Amino acid sequence: MNRQPKQWRPKPNRMELPTFVWVIIKAAVLAGVLLSISNLAVLGERKVSSWIQGRVGPNRTSVPIIGSIPVIGPMLTRLGLFQPVADGLKLLLKEDPVPDHVNKLYFFLAPVAAMIPATTTVAVLPFGQIITDGVSVPLVLADLDIGILFIFAVSSLGVYGMILAGWASNSKYPFIGGIRSSAQMISYELSMGLSILPVFMWANAPGVDSGLNLFSVVQTQQGAWGVMFMPVAALLFLVSIFAETNRLPFDMPESESELVAGFSTEYGSFKFGLFFAAEYAHIIVGSGVFVVLFLGGWHWLPWVPMHVEGLLGAALSIGVFLGKTTFIVFFFMWIRWTLPRFRYDQIMKLGWTMMLPLAVVNLIVYALIFALLDS
Amino acid sequence: MVDFLFYMFALTTLLGAGSVVLSRNPVNAAMLLIVSFVGTASLFIVLGAYFLAAVQLAVYAGAVIVLFLFIIMLLNVDASRKWKPSYFTMAGGLIAGILMVFAVLHLFKRGENFTTDTLSESAPIGTTTQSFGVELFTAYMLPFQLAGILLLIAMLGVIFISKRTSDKGKEAV
Repeated sequence: MNRQPKQWRPKPNRMELPTFVWVIIKAAVLAGVLLSISNLAVLGERKVSSWIQGRVGPNRTSVPIIGSIPVIGPMLTRLGLFQPVADGLKLLLKEDPVPDHVNKLYFFLAPVAAMIPATTTVAVLPFGQIITDGVSVPLVLADLDIGILFIFAVSSLGVYGMILAGWASNSKYPFIGGIRSSAQMISYELSMGLSILPVFMWANAPGVDSGLNLFSVVQTQQGAWGVMFMPVAALLFLVSIFAETNRLPFDMPESESELVAGFSTEYGSFKFGLFFAAEYAHIIVGSGVFVVLFLGGWHWLPWVPMHVEGLLGAALSIGVFLGKTTFIVFFFMWIRWTLPRFRYDQIMKLGWTMMLPLAVVNLIVYALIFALLDS
Repeated sequence: MVDFLFYMFALTTLLGAGSVVLSRNPVNAAMLLIVSFVGTASLFIVLGAYFLAAVQLAVYAGAVIVLFLFIIMLLNVDASRKWKPSYFTMAGGLIAGILMVFAVLHLFKRGENFTTDTLSESAPIGTTTQSFGVELFTAYMLPFQLAGILLLIAMLGVIFISKRTSDKGKEAV
């Protein structure tokens, strides 16, 4: 949003990198961090599932040098921290069979189409703040005026990964998975969009010009967090993210008891790995958005301000934000290993006849309340 | 820089749109339409109309084309089938094309209304999103309401058609 007029632009110093190189570096680092966290989330999923089911989970994989350090090595091995490396290498080095009957172009395009939206949405997600001289600046790649709208716009493109994979695979189960995913994601986008409108109404109180910016939403939650006075909106949004990220109990596109592996049945090796990483990246970004909108972002406790200036404050705010996001990601896994899967017609019924009307009523009620408060 | 971006995105939009018309495979056509829409959204961004760009992506690329693909895939349209347009259709297309050319020429003639400026950096009221909303609900209220009525009519039509077929018998899915 803050594009400088031409005459203000400082002349590039020869020793300094030009601005766009900096932006590219920052974007690459952020994408790398997101993908690393999603790798760890895969490990977390395996550990959480084994914990819930009374098993041990991955505790054998080790690497030569680090694994043989006396105390730390075995501990890291038992925690399974080397497992993501092994999994990633396995996916990368495996033979990559491409079935004969597929549409090659879209078959190769689909995993990429699934990955790009997942890593793009993180650009506008503020993950912390840095306070210098009492002015707080968000830590975010692009502090857009239309933040949440950008996230919705880009994440709505994520459906193409699944629908193309399903169609290009040219066989029954992937096709049904692809069709299911497109119908499900479009249905739940509506209640997702409607459920968060009260949050932005509240953030744009008279005299405040925040637009759809995510940073200012967090700044309005220094007192009460969104989830405290908008519990219904928070619940609707949370359920919608479950449906949008195709997590159990909403994992219709791949429900293994009905569709083998759904849209990813014909995929193996690293193409499957991309789908897998994209799913976890989606979950992490979705959890981050939920934390920003409803859980007060980087404010560590409601009504208790934490004003630490400089880099320490920035690190603390990132830590608080990551902690909350981790909890929501854990919540995703917790639900997955607790609830059984819905039937497909139940998902459609829930989306159109319960969530959508509830979201509309929620919006109207909050609009009336805010209007009364303002007058 | 802005000029270069404009030409790049304009080329993307036009090539995408042209390929949509010329493509024989309906799935290819739908995917190319997305390319065209993304190009249009990028043009909006170059103009500084971020809100419009995001809505363009969310509504058209994110929802409408998904439904197109949905229908194409469910109907399993045969890509290789040759379709010959009737002379009537061809004549209609020709007339529409000529009218379009005249319309564009006419617009260029009164070119003083064109502006190549981007949107002003400081929006008149608050943020750009807010000023967009205020303009929409004050100055452009009538077109906005008319568009709503148009959508309502389309929705009623769809409900009516789908109701009729399902009442008649079991041949409707």
